[in-house]
Amino acid sequence: MAQVAYRKASRIFPGSPPVRAVDQLDLDIADGEFLVLVGPSGSGKSTALRMLAGLEDVDEGNIEIAGQDVTNVPPKGRDIAMVFQSYALYPHMTVAQNMGFALKLRGVSKDQIQSKVQEAAKLLDLSELLDRRPKALSGGQRQRVAMGRAIVREPSVFLMDEPLSNLDAKLRVETRANIASLQRRLRTTTVYVTHDQVEAMTMGDRVAVLESGLLKQVGTPAELYERPRNAFVAGFIGSPAMNLKTVPLTADGAKLDGLTVPLPREVLDVAAEQGLSSVIVGIRPESLRVASEGENGMELVVELVEELGADAFVYGTVRIAGDSQRFTVRVEGRSSPKLAETVKVTVRDSDDLHAFSPETGERLG
Amino acid sequence: MTATEAVVQTESRRSPPRRGGPPQRSDGRALRRSPLASVGLHAALIMASFIAIFPIFWVLVTSFKPDENALETTPKLINEPTVNNYSEVLAGDFGPFLTWFGNSLLIAGLTTVIGVFISATTAYAVSRFRFPGRRSMMLSFLVMQMFPFVVLIVPLYNLLLTFGLQGSVIGLVLVYCTTAIPFCTYLLKGYFDTIPIDIDEAGRVDGLSPFGVFWRLILPLARPGIAVTAFYAFLTAWGEVGFASAFLSGNSEGKTLAVGLQSFVSQTQVLWGHLAAASILIALPAVVVFYLVQRSLVSGLAAGGVKG
Repeated sequence: MAQVAYRKASRIFPGSPPVRAVDQLDLDIADGEFLVLVGPSGSGKSTALRMLAGLEDVDEGNIEIAGQDVTNVPPKGRDIAMVFQSYALYPHMTVAQNMGFALKLRGVSKDQIQSKVQEAAKLLDLSELLDRRPKALSGGQRQRVAMGRAIVREPSVFLMDEPLSNLDAKLRVETRANIASLQRRLRTTTVYVTHDQVEAMTMGDRVAVLESGLLKQVGTPAELYERPRNAFVAGFIGSPAMNLKTVPLTADGAKLDGLTVPLPREVLDVAAEQGLSSVIVGIRPESLRVASEGENGMELVVELVEELGADAFVYGTVRIAGDSQRFTVRVEGRSSPKLAETVKVTVRDSDDLHAFSPETGERLG
Repeated sequence: MTATEAVVQTESRRSPPRRGGPPQRSDGRALRRSPLASVGLHAALIMASFIAIFPIFWVLVTSFKPDENALETTPKLINEPTVNNYSEVLAGDFGPFLTWFGNSLLIAGLTTVIGVFISATTAYAVSRFRFPGRRSMMLSFLVMQMFPFVVLIVPLYNLLLTFGLQGSVIGLVLVYCTTAIPFCTYLLKGYFDTIPIDIDEAGRVDGLSPFGVFWRLILPLARPGIAVTAFYAFLTAWGEVGFASAFLSGNSEGKTLAVGLQSFVSQTQVLWGHLAAASILIALPAVVVFYLVQRSLVSGLAAGGVKG
C-alpha cells in the first residue's frame, strides 16, 4: 500500500500543434484510497493512468509512488497491477497461469504461487475455472480473471482502466459493487478510470474530473454534486444532467422566463465585482417542481416524460429571451404531466441554485 | 511446387474458419449446387490434382526401375522393380551422398534458425515500435524481393570473397538469409500486428522486460506464423542450386544435395533411375519438416485474450 502523487505531470503528444493530453496534473492520492478519474472521451484520464503505470512517458513534472519518484522507472519496477479495459489475458495460459505469471517472474516458489492463486480464485469465485483458457470463458469470467491477476500480486497500487465497460448492464452493476467492496477489504490504493459518472459517484472515495487534459475538480462524490467548482463539473456530474442556462442578471437574481430566481448576496457581489450582466444558473432537475395554482413559474412545454416508478423526469422547452431552452424537471411518479401539455415550473429552494461566470465557467460565490 | 507456392498454400489452409461440409451463406443455410456444376467442379479439381501429383508419382515409379528401363517408348508402371538405385545412391557409388545430405541439413537448418530469429525480432520491432527509417526499411525489403536472385550471384560472390567467407557453409547460410529474411519479416509483421498490444502492456506491468514480452508472450502466440516462416526459410535453402554451386567450395565433399544431384547427369548419359531415387530421398526431409510444422498451423491461438 502506498500513496500516489502527480506533481505537475504532463503528457504531450507530438503533432502540429502538439496535444497536451494531460496538462500539469497535480493530484495526491492517500494510502488505501479509492480514487476515480472521470471525464468524457479524450479528457486524458486513461493517459493519466498509463503515465502512472509507466506505459506512457511523462514529458513534464513527475510521479511519485510511496514517496519515491518513479517518473523514469519502467512498469515492472513500480509495484503496480493493472486491469485493462480489454482484460489483456494471456491466451496461451490457463486461468491459474495467468494469475500466477507475475509471481512466477518474481521467482516465488511454486507452492506459494499455487496457494495465493487459490486464495484469490476463492475470493473471485474462480476456483472451478483455474484450468481453463481465456478462450473458454465468458466476458464476466474474463473480467474476474483480470481482477484476480491484479490481486494475486498484492501490489502497492491497483490501476483499473474502465474494467467494466465491456460487461452488460446488469453484470456491470453487480461487479461494480464487488470491486468496491473488495477494495475496501484489501485497502489497496486504487486509481480507477471511467467515463461513467454513475460509476465514479458510487465507487470512489474521491473523484477527480478531467476535461481536455485539465483537472477540473477533485473531491468526494457529495462535494462534486453539491458544490461543483465550475460549469463543466456541474454539467458532468449527476444524471440526468443539471440544467445550465445563461440568463440575464438583475438586481435581485437571475431572470428566467416569468420567474426571477433570487441568488445569494455573495454571488451577486462577486458578479457585480466582475461586471457581469449575465450569469450561468445551474438548477438540478430535483430542485425544480411544478408550481401550484397562482404561483409564478416558467412555462414548460412537455416533450418527453420518463416514468421511473417512484418519480419521473419531464423533458421540455422553455422560451427564454426569444430562444427555446431545454429543461429537465423531476416530478412525483403518479402526478406526472402529459405530453405536449404546458406546465408552470418553479424552483424548490433557492439555496440549491448554482451560479457560474459565463466567461470563465467558474463558480460564483 | 516452389517454396513460395508452398507457403501460400499453407497460409490459405489456415484461413477458412470451418472445414468440410457445403459452403454456407451468412444466414447459415447451405448453398445448393446443381448436379452439372458439381460434376464440372469435381472434374476440374481432379484434373488439377492429377497434374500436380502425377510428375511426383512418376519420379517415384522411375526410382524403382533400372536406369536402362527408365525411359521407354511404351512406359510401364512396373518394369523389373529393384531397390538397387536407392542402395547404390546411399552407399555412395556416385559421390558421398550422405555427406551432401549432412551439408544440406546443416545449411538449411542454420538458415531456418538464424532466418527465423532475425526476421522475428525485426518484425516485432517494426510491428511495435516507431523509429526513424521504419517505413523505408520495409520498403527496401519489398524492393529486394523484386530482383531475380541470379543477378545477385556476382556481387554476392565479391562480397563473400572480401569477407573471406567464399566457399564456407556460413557464407552460404548468410546468402540464404538475405533472401529469406525480407519475406519472412513481412509475413511475421502481419502476424504480430494481429496480436493486441494490450497483451504486451499487461506483460510489462507483470514484470517482463521488452525482450521478455517478445520471448514469453508474443513468440508463443505467433506459433502459426513462426511455423510458416520456418518452413519457408528451410525450403529456401534446401532445394536451391544456383547460389549453392557458386558459393560452396568446388570439392565433392562440400556440395549440397541439390548440387550433388548433377553428378547423375554426365555428358554422355543420364542415370534416370538413380536420379529419381536420389530425388525422392531429397524430398523426404522437406516432407518431414512440413509435417512437423503443419501441426502448429492452428487458427485462433491468440483468441480470448482480449474482449473482441
